[in-house]
Amino acid sequence: MFDSLSDRLGSVFERLRGRGALTELDVRAAMREVRIALLEADVALSVVKQFIEDVTERAIGAEVTRSVTPGQQVVKIVNDALVELLGGEAEGLNIDVTPPAVIMMVGLQGSGKTTTTAKLAKLLTEKHAKKVMMASLDVARPAAQEQLRVLGEQVGVATLPIIAGQQPVAIAERARQAARLQGFDVVLLDTAGRLNVDVALMAEMAAIATATTPNEILLVVDALTGQDAVNVATAFKAEVALTGVVLTRMDGDARGGAALSMRAVTERPIKFAGTGEKLDALEAFDPQRVAGRILGMGDIVGLVERAAANIEQADAEKLAAKLAKGQFDMDDLRGQLRQMKAMGGLGALAGMIPGMGAAKKAMENGAIDDKVLGRMEAVICSMTLKERAKPEILTAKRKIRIAKGAGTTVQEVNKVIKMQMDMATAMKKLRKLGGMKGMASMMAKMGAGGAGGLAGMLGGGMPPGFDKFKR
Amino acid sequence: MSWFDRLKSGLTRSTAKLGDSLAGLATGNLPLDAARLDAIEEALIAADLGPAVAGRIRARLADAKFAKGIDDAGLRDAVAAEVTAVLAPVAKPLSVTAFPRPHVILVVGVNGSGKTTTIAKLARRFTEADYTVMLAAGDTFRAAAIAQLKIWADRIGVPVISGEQGADAAGLAFEALKAAREAGTDVLIIDTAGRLQNKAGLMDELAKMRRVIQKLSPAAPHDTVLVLDATTGQNALNQIEVFRDVARITGLVMTKLDGSARGGVLVAAAERFHLPIHAVGVGEGMDDLRPFEAGEFGRALVGG
Repeated sequence: MFDSLSDRLGSVFERLRGRGALTELDVRAAMREVRIALLEADVALSVVKQFIEDVTERAIGAEVTRSVTPGQQVVKIVNDALVELLGGEAEGLNIDVTPPAVIMMVGLQGSGKTTTTAKLAKLLTEKHAKKVMMASLDVARPAAQEQLRVLGEQVGVATLPIIAGQQPVAIAERARQAARLQGFDVVLLDTAGRLNVDVALMAEMAAIATATTPNEILLVVDALTGQDAVNVATAFKAEVALTGVVLTRMDGDARGGAALSMRAVTERPIKFAGTGEKLDALEAFDPQRVAGRILGMGDIVGLVERAAANIEQADAEKLAAKLAKGQFDMDDLRGQLRQMKAMGGLGALAGMIPGMGAAKKAMENGAIDDKVLGRMEAVICSMTLKERAKPEILTAKRKIRIAKGAGTTVQEVNKVIKMQMDMATAMKKLRKLGGMKGMASMMAKMGAGGAGGLAGMLGGGMPPGFDKFKR
Repeated sequence: MSWFDRLKSGLTRSTAKLGDSLAGLATGNLPLDAARLDAIEEALIAADLGPAVAGRIRARLADAKFAKGIDDAGLRDAVAAEVTAVLAPVAKPLSVTAFPRPHVILVVGVNGSGKTTTIAKLARRFTEADYTVMLAAGDTFRAAAIAQLKIWADRIGVPVISGEQGADAAGLAFEALKAAREAGTDVLIIDTAGRLQNKAGLMDELAKMRRVIQKLSPAAPHDTVLVLDATTGQNALNQIEVFRDVARITGLVMTKLDGSARGGVLVAAAERFHLPIHAVGVGEGMDDLRPFEAGEFGRALVGG
């Protein structure tokens, strides 16, 4: 997500950067473009207006005109303001209280409350070692309680037994009572979806909050939400004491407008982001990292974390040792391809690496897809061990054999060889510069492991030659 | 409350906001100056019409030469007329036309947009019009989605074909079509699992469902309806584009217009894609679906 927003901002910035002098008119023209970029990304109008006003004021003020590089200065002001808009530090849940801590989930219909409840229960159980119980207070949507029960079974979290016909406030009280008696640390209350204009249901929500005094009331918001985000957030905030926001469907291609608006409108931190359909796809929300991605600066921390979670320590150390010597053979290339697959494929990675917007776009257009990784791996697997260690022995005859083995053409085989050669050259260059060794050993030490993949990509850019693999 | 009142109140509520923003811009016959045009443009953007469409409507109003000035009501009419002009050509209710029967309707959309509820409402409308209806619980992914559709089917009194959770959705669609054909049903409505449009694998599954259905009935599905949530902003345009390319959607239904969202993105969608808009959902009950009418939507959008 965020791609088109960061593209749009990027092109505005590009034009500003080159300028020697900036007049007030130049700044205002640039700000108009920023405004449209934000609005097209579904950032709330009131937030956009405030943002543009602030930035324009700062940019026209003394800060810029006295600067030697005014364009650069404006870019920096916009960047800083965006980070401020998203909020500063990441914030966790306040659940270290006398058990049971009560977490209440509220939101519109279809915003993803029930799924998020299950994801959060799983996260708290597995990562925070909490004993968690879930209870569905949704008596409106058919089979909603059943849905939570099934999800509870899937994630291995207890759910409150369903009593047909019981009303939400009564269920909430029974849930808290049961959690206390049975020694649960956290009880998650999944409420029915309600429209912010539905007076009766909004009052019911307030009644549940009063009866159970939750430690956290999380507003679940769909990241695809448009301008209505403001009305929704304001209405829910007026009715209950929200403590945070969970953004769902951050894996969609929304441009992040809701993410940018929510903090400003609710004045509460965004605590989590749902990033997929699987029940472990819930991540703590880190404003600075998200700001980095919007601004096209990549999310290196996220990349390293993902690498750490997916790559074997031993493999990484072995590769790091080899790279330190400036070697890079076919086995290393295959290792990298596998790592990239394990880390969520090309698309996921490209979005996190600074300046990789172009590669990501190529993928979205279908020019490159994740199958490329598999096909390249097949080519390498069709080589003998000797060929992999010494690619220079690959003769035309051998290439024909490999192509047949991998079910592809000699051209494809040549592309893989070219890629390995380019990578090897890049590694040698890096080694001469002395940067590689330090980087590789540092990565291995951190256990981040992706030394090869990461350092290769960061140092030499994307493994060369990817653009040649058209579908 | 009668259902007509509920619909009316739903629509009014959903759209009162833009009316509010337009109100007070023009008291008496004031000339339409840049400040007032800006305010109109912003009101349109806040209704999710998007900056491009809002800019165009603004330009058209500026060109319209309200030399003598324009009052509040006149301004609303002018904006409503612009919106209606865009929407009128695409307002087409769903109709049962297939021969031989059944008329197959495939319902698709992103997660949580309201597919299952919309299917129940559609089934209700068709049964009220004396068509026989069968449902297929094609959302085999989400927990309890099948149970949800079954409860609705019971309430409306229509049969539902379902499989196990996790079963192959395309296979189920095939079975359902066979059953509907044998039973001589008029309309078969197939539910699908919600999917984000940027998930290639899931989108391919939709294409497979189409292929499998077409083995039995080459013209099916006769309608492929994309369900859009009114709270969705400009992303709805992306959704339409991708679902159109993969699932070949033939029309749109917009849900949750009874909230504070105004669904203005439909105007942008109509301009860009010219896809028919069949109906709008204005509540949680099974009667809360009404045919889409451009004039009404345009007037409601500006309020008053």
